[in-house]
Amino acid sequence: MLHLDAFGVALKLMGQGLVGIFAVILLLWLFIALLRRFCP
Amino acid sequence: MQWFFDLFANVANFTWQQGLMLVIGGVLIALAITKNMEPALLLPMGFGAILVNLPFVNTEALATLFEAGIASELFPLLLFIGIGAMLDFGPLLSNPKLLLFGAAAQFGIFFTLAFASLLGFSLTDAASIAIIGAADGPTSIYVSNYFGSHYQGAILVAAYSYMALVPIVQPPIIRAVTTKKERQIRMDYQPGTVSKRTRILFPILVTVLVGTLAPKSAELIGFLMFGNLIRECGVLRSLSESAQHELANLITLLLGLSVSFQMRAELFVTPETLLILALGLVAFVMDTAGGVLFAKVLNLFCKNKVNPMIGAAGISAFPMASRVVHQMGRDEDPFNYLLMHAAGANVAGQIASVIAGGLIITLVEKLL
Repeated sequence: MLHLDAFGVALKLMGQGLVGIFAVILLLWLFIALLRRFCP
Repeated sequence: MQWFFDLFANVANFTWQQGLMLVIGGVLIALAITKNMEPALLLPMGFGAILVNLPFVNTEALATLFEAGIASELFPLLLFIGIGAMLDFGPLLSNPKLLLFGAAAQFGIFFTLAFASLLGFSLTDAASIAIIGAADGPTSIYVSNYFGSHYQGAILVAAYSYMALVPIVQPPIIRAVTTKKERQIRMDYQPGTVSKRTRILFPILVTVLVGTLAPKSAELIGFLMFGNLIRECGVLRSLSESAQHELANLITLLLGLSVSFQMRAELFVTPETLLILALGLVAFVMDTAGGVLFAKVLNLFCKNKVNPMIGAAGISAFPMASRVVHQMGRDEDPFNYLLMHAAGANVAGQIASVIAGGLIITLVEKLL
C-alpha cells in the first residue's frame, strides 16, 4: 500500500533539503572566494 | 551418556533465521576477501554477524562496544578525524565551482526519503534509510543512530556494500544519462596556487559556517575539519600520520564488530531488509544521475564546458567515485585527464554529505 500522505510531507522535506544544501554550499563558495581574495 | 548429548543440546536451538545470518556473515567475509570489497569493514561485520547469531550467545561485550562507540556516536566522529587528515582540499580550493557538484549529488538522499515514505516507512526510518545515499559510513551511522532506527544493521550493510560497488553501480548510470560526445569533453586543469593560510583557515571557516547553519552536523563536520586542520597546520605531522593510520585503523576495526551487534536475526531477517537494500541502490543511482544531470544543466549556461561525468564524482565515496570518472574519461579519450577535477568534486561531496545529514536531522526533527 502506498502512503500518499507521508509522501506529500516527504516531498516537501525534499524541496527544503535541496534548497538548504545549495544555500549552504553557495555560502561556502563565497567564503572560499573571500579566503582566496584575502589570503592569496 | 546424557552428558554427551547435553554437550550438543544448543545445536537444536538454532533457528533458520540465525542460520541465514551465518550464511550472510559468510558472504560478507567472502566478498571482503575474494572481491576486496571494503574489507576493513565488511570482514569484521561478517564475522560479528556470525558471532551474534549463535544461539544463546553472550553478547555483553559487543553490546558494551555498541553502546560506547555507536550509540554514543563516538566511533563515527573519531573516524572522521582520520578521514579529515586524509583529505586534500587543494583541488576544491583552487576550483570552488566543484562544490556545486557535491550538493547536486546528494539528490538521491532526498529522493529516497520521499520514496521510502511512500512505501510506508516512518519519517525517521525513511531519513535513516535515505542517508545511505550519503555514500559515507560515519554519516550513515550518525543519522540512523540519532533517530534510533531499528534498521541500522541493514542500513550499514547497504551503505558499505554500495560504496564498495561504486565502480560497478556508477558507470552504467553515467552512460545512460550522457552521450559519447559529452563524455569526451576535455577539461584543462590549471591548478591555482592555494596559500597555506587558506588551507589552514578553510577547515575553521567550514566548521563555523556549517556548524552555525546546520547545527545537527556541527560535530560531524567539526571532527572532519579538525582532522584536516591537523594535516594542514604543518606543525603536527606525527599526529596527522597517527590520525590517518593508527586512529582510523583502530576505529575501523572496532566499528565493524560493533555494528554487527545490530545484525541479530530478529532485527535483520525481515522483509524490510530487502526493501532497504533496494532503496539504498535507488539512493546511489539517483545521486549519480542527479550529479551528472546538474552538470549538463550547468553546461547550458557556462562558456567553459564541464565534462558531465564530473557530477557523478560528487558523491562522497572517496576516492572510488573520482577514480571511476577518471577511468571512464580515459576510456572515451586516452588523453583526457579528469582526475583532479573529479577529486575536487569528490571532497566537495564529503562536505556536502555531512551537511545533508545535518539538514535531514534538522528538517525531520521539526516535524516530530
